[in-house]
Amino acid sequence: MRTRIFIILSAILLLVTIAMEMLLIPSLASAQNKDLIQYSPVFYWHIPVAWVALFAFLCVFIASIAYLWKRTPFWDIVATTSAELGVVFTTFFLLTGSIWAKFAWGTWWAWDARLTSSLVLWIIYIAYFLLRTYISNPEQRARFAAVFGILGFVDVPIVILTLFVSNQMHPGDAAFHLDKPQMIITLVTGVVAFTLLYLGLLFFGIHLREDAYEVSKLKETDGG
Amino acid sequence: MDNAGYIVTAFGVVWIGLFIYLFVLVQREKALRKEIAALKEDMKKA
Repeated sequence: MRTRIFIILSAILLLVTIAMEMLLIPSLASAQNKDLIQYSPVFYWHIPVAWVALFAFLCVFIASIAYLWKRTPFWDIVATTSAELGVVFTTFFLLTGSIWAKFAWGTWWAWDARLTSSLVLWIIYIAYFLLRTYISNPEQRARFAAVFGILGFVDVPIVILTLFVSNQMHPGDAAFHLDKPQMIITLVTGVVAFTLLYLGLLFFGIHLREDAYEVSKLKETDGG
Repeated sequence: MDNAGYIVTAFGVVWIGLFIYLFVLVQREKALRKEIAALKEDMKKA
């Protein structure tokens, strides 16, 4: 029920964001924000998707600490589900970023600090799942994954800090000339929409993994 | 590709990606439900 509410709300807000991008934003063009207006349909998706990806990895970090502290399977399930969503949303933000780069600067990819640290983040959490695949003992797997989840989070502040690195293709915070309230509202609506979508998918994923865990426990008992 | 093409591609990547992910989740749920039903049957027999 909770999942459905979050997903329905996020779908409504995503449609509102698209409507605002298409109908509201083009009329706000000024000399300062001309570029941003031109790229806005990609911009208002790319930023919220990137925010959700980083937020998902923050949740992995917190859930991993909670697992090492409490040693209950629930926190391992939360960390795994959030890491999966983090990888999905990082894939989206790398792809939309690449499309935006081609659109704005004429190239699909550049090895600058922002793009490279984002790609490294994606690879770290792919490795997180590879690690989980190769350890068969559930408790050991959860413990190792929790440590990896905490260490992997180190790249998240690096991705954020690269916003302030100059001499790179990716625009820093100064490039975001959100000089009209309508632009900020559109961006916030997009961020809220994708955050609700993340929460809906997180609750659904946790519910699925909890059921799978119970089934595996029952099978063990049955087999024993 | 013109500007509209890039915009459509960016939207498409996210929408198609999300639908694929949702499809995978629903398939996982179906497989789990089947497993639970099989377990219930086994328990009844036992």
